[in-house]
Amino acid sequence: MPLQVNVVSADQQVWQGEADMVVARTTEGEIGVLPGHVPMLAILAGGEVRVTQSGGRKIVANAEDGFVSVAGDVVTVVARNASLVS
Amino acid sequence: MGAQLRVYRQRIRSAQTTKKITRAMELISASRIQKAQQRVAASTPYSRAVTQAVSAVATYSNVDHILTTEKENPRRAAVVIFASDRGLAGAFSASVLKEAEGLSELLRSQGKEVVYYLVGRKSVGYFTFRKRDYLRSWIGGTDQPQFETAKEIGDELVEAFVRDTDEGGVDEIHIVYTRFVSMVTQTPEVVRLLPLEVVDGVEEPEADVLPLYEFEPDADSVLDALLPVYIESRIFNAMLASAAAEHAARQRAMKSASDNADKLITDYTRLANNARQTEITQQIAEIVGGADALAG
Repeated sequence: MPLQVNVVSADQQVWQGEADMVVARTTEGEIGVLPGHVPMLAILAGGEVRVTQSGGRKIVANAEDGFVSVAGDVVTVVARNASLVS
Repeated sequence: MGAQLRVYRQRIRSAQTTKKITRAMELISASRIQKAQQRVAASTPYSRAVTQAVSAVATYSNVDHILTTEKENPRRAAVVIFASDRGLAGAFSASVLKEAEGLSELLRSQGKEVVYYLVGRKSVGYFTFRKRDYLRSWIGGTDQPQFETAKEIGDELVEAFVRDTDEGGVDEIHIVYTRFVSMVTQTPEVVRLLPLEVVDGVEEPEADVLPLYEFEPDADSVLDALLPVYIESRIFNAMLASAAAEHAARQRAMKSASDNADKLITDYTRLANNARQTEITQQIAEIVGGADALAG
């Protein structure tokens, strides 16, 4: 089952969709999330969030000042400032 | 021209000028409602995501943090009131202030001291006129809220919440704002921000064993970082909702004002016509009378 990914910033929803893997930079270093990950809440260190979709397509977003939450294959990247890079 | 007729004409002109103003305000508000609503819709995902994350942590983990635990003996409660900066919006500010008064009454009956934070010039005016104290106020920009203002309010509230009650801190935070239901209905609403109350979108754990929640780097720092974000997002959302409601309330108030002006103009025009006719009739009577007197 693919991951449901949401990237939201304070004033809008930046991206939403399904993905195979999400890589985000937390204060402890980069962390990769695959389906079946344990529930997690981590603080973002700022920088890129990379979302890999099933076709191998990559979506890169800049996210600063927020956190990433994982609960039951739903990944939410919540950042005060977030924008899509590509 | 007769004195009576002049008075009526003056009133018609005055009503016409007022109508021009109210009509313009109505149109401005109508165009801003759309934009305000879009902003509410755009900021809702963030607010929902934050609330869900916070609720999930509160429900699924047994971390001891002020964000997730209720104080045993709450003594002081903060009430944040979101009113408008400007009037001419019908009962918008009045109804939100009334709701806040009701909430204060309830909190006081529970033995809590109530402190106020005010947003919008109208609420500040209400408090200063009654010579009542408030801790801090933010004025300007209620019709187009900025995230910076929400952040400022949030910082202030978090600071007060973290501080000890004996040193002037608060144990509870409530917000009173107006929710935009539809173009014709806007209802004032009370939400308790802290301690957490809303757990929408999160199911209660079925098993007794809590699922393992991983925190990076650790639970305390995550919750410390989450607290201001949660407060800010809720406040920003409340501000945006209030702004949309304010525009809707103003649009409706100004529409009925324009309608009233229309009615006044019709009424006074009738009276003015009547006065003019009376005048003419009298002049004719005078001329006829004069001619008769000369002929006689």
